[in-house]
Amino acid sequence: MSTVALSLRPLEFFFAQYRRVWRGTAVSSVATPVFFLLALGVGLGVFVDRSTELPGDVSYLDFVAPGLLAGAAMQVASFESSWPVLSAIKWTRQYHAMLATPLRVGDVLAGHQAFIAARLFMTAVVYLVVITAFGAVRSPLAVLTVPVAVLVGLAFSAPLAAWGAKTELETSFVAIFRFAILPMFLFSGIFFPITQLPTAIQWFAHATPLWHGVDLCRQLTLGDVAQWSALLHVVFLVAWTAVGMTLAFLSYRRRLVR
Amino acid sequence: MAGDNGQPLIHARGLVKRFGELVAVDAIDFDLQRGEAFGFLGPNGAGKTSTMRMIGCVSPVTEGTLRVFGLDPAHDGVKIRARLGVVPQLDTLDMELTVRENLVIYGRYFGLPRRELGTRADELLEFVELTERANDKVEPLSGGMKRRLTIARSLVNDPEVMLLDEPTTGLDPQARHVVWDRLYRLKRQGVTLLLTTHYMDEAEQLCDRLVVMDKGRIVAEGSPRELIESYSTREVVELRFDDSRPEDFSYWTDGLVSRVESLPDRVLLYTDDGDAASHGLHERGLVPESVLVRRSTLEDVFLHLTGRSLIE
Ligand SMILES: Nc1ncnc2c1ncn2[C@@H]1O[C@H](COP(=O)(O)OP(=O)(O)OP(=O)(O)O)[C@@H](O)[C@H]1O
Ligand SMILES: [Mg+2]
Repeated sequence: MSTVALSLRPLEFFFAQYRRVWRGTAVSSVATPVFFLLALGVGLGVFVDRSTELPGDVSYLDFVAPGLLAGAAMQVASFESSWPVLSAIKWTRQYHAMLATPLRVGDVLAGHQAFIAARLFMTAVVYLVVITAFGAVRSPLAVLTVPVAVLVGLAFSAPLAAWGAKTELETSFVAIFRFAILPMFLFSGIFFPITQLPTAIQWFAHATPLWHGVDLCRQLTLGDVAQWSALLHVVFLVAWTAVGMTLAFLSYRRRLVR
Repeated sequence: MAGDNGQPLIHARGLVKRFGELVAVDAIDFDLQRGEAFGFLGPNGAGKTSTMRMIGCVSPVTEGTLRVFGLDPAHDGVKIRARLGVVPQLDTLDMELTVRENLVIYGRYFGLPRRELGTRADELLEFVELTERANDKVEPLSGGMKRRLTIARSLVNDPEVMLLDEPTTGLDPQARHVVWDRLYRLKRQGVTLLLTTHYMDEAEQLCDRLVVMDKGRIVAEGSPRELIESYSTREVVELRFDDSRPEDFSYWTDGLVSRVESLPDRVLLYTDDGDAASHGLHERGLVPESVLVRRSTLEDVFLHLTGRSLIE
């Protein structure tokens, strides 16, 4: 019995749970990019394009679209890795059900994160199709934004799962969304180049996974890939994910094995 | 198969569970043979669940030896859990999924193929009489139905041993009898049962052998009959009083009964002949509000061993 097989077994539970809400999330995963691109790319974009020049002489639509894709990955991942983790520990207690079977703590964590990766994959594919339909994709390299979006998501879901298994305070997620996720969404170069920001905040943005995801996605959809910087972005995102997963494993073990 | 050849299925020596400073299980020894129904009887906080969770390989052993199927839970948790059926004290059903989905998905955790699980789920729902509810959500089911579903779920992998932590707590008498009946059938099919309870009648109905636990220790062990014989008398006279309850009973009971247990609401007199004793009391002029002669139960054993009743 291979370890991988064990880790994939929880997937079926999370998909069964997802089947209950998939219609709602499917609608919103199409509607969200359409609304954002209409409002920002098409609406606001007309004014932006008239008054100023973005780096690389791109239209505002082309500029904002890949950033929104990365931002969406962050949001889906953060949502899926917050309350669902608490719930599986405290309310539905599904993690405990799993741990009474051959599954181990690592399998429970890996299985849940694998489901989140699958959700991210679906979200990213839909987003990319919508962006393409708006004509905001300039290069076939854009298909690579899908795995990048999955990676961006995991760089958030892994550390958040670590926190979810640690916290006794379920309202702490509200604070995280308000004071970490939302500011990152606004100040990680999705809507305007972070060079507009004070240097200190720029450094801060460089430390978060979202900025790296945004810049990498942008390089890919514009077909303007700077090899070293792209590689660095990937390394950075992988590092966040790896550290997050390790913390999550430790935190799951402390919480679930007593 | 491991665990046979006269070797016990579960073997514990000096088994300890500590949570920080608190000693939940304090060096207990027991052996469980294949085909037995074995019970842990004890009040709240006795350490029953802590013991069950160590056997179920979800809680690490602090000290001592524990072998399940001859294997060590510290290294072979995966293999051991594959052969156990667990009914935890708190249900871990998913309330939003259907009854049937709960079974099938749990079976998938054991790596059982989907096709096989379809038939298996139908059989199990039949067994616990939930076939009509197969496609309903779990949420609105009654407590007894949920408990039966948890039992069905624990059987999905055809376990050799079932760990049942308070299988009937919170159920009404009728629902409890349904559960007992199913457990009894499983026992006849050769499934080994390990259960915890604070119901005397449950222990008497289901267990071939049991241990009485109190404050993390085993205070007595034997069959229900043996325990009653060694720690109680054949019969018990229960006296209830209105206001005129005497302070000291020795005047009334000396030479008449072997032991007196004075509880807040009643007085228990232990004797091998209840009728003779109550007759004797009457002759000595003691007039309680009511007199009840009954057979001794495990409740009396527990009271004798720990000086407390099991359920307050
Ligand atoms: N995870 C835990 N962390 C700290 N203390 C615990 C933990 N689990 C149990 N305990 C403590 O260990 C002791 C034994 O608890 P346990 O749950 O094993 O008792 P029990 O016999 O199952 O009681 P009950 O009949 O109430 O279910 C109790 O004092 C309890 O508070
Ligand atoms: Mg308990």
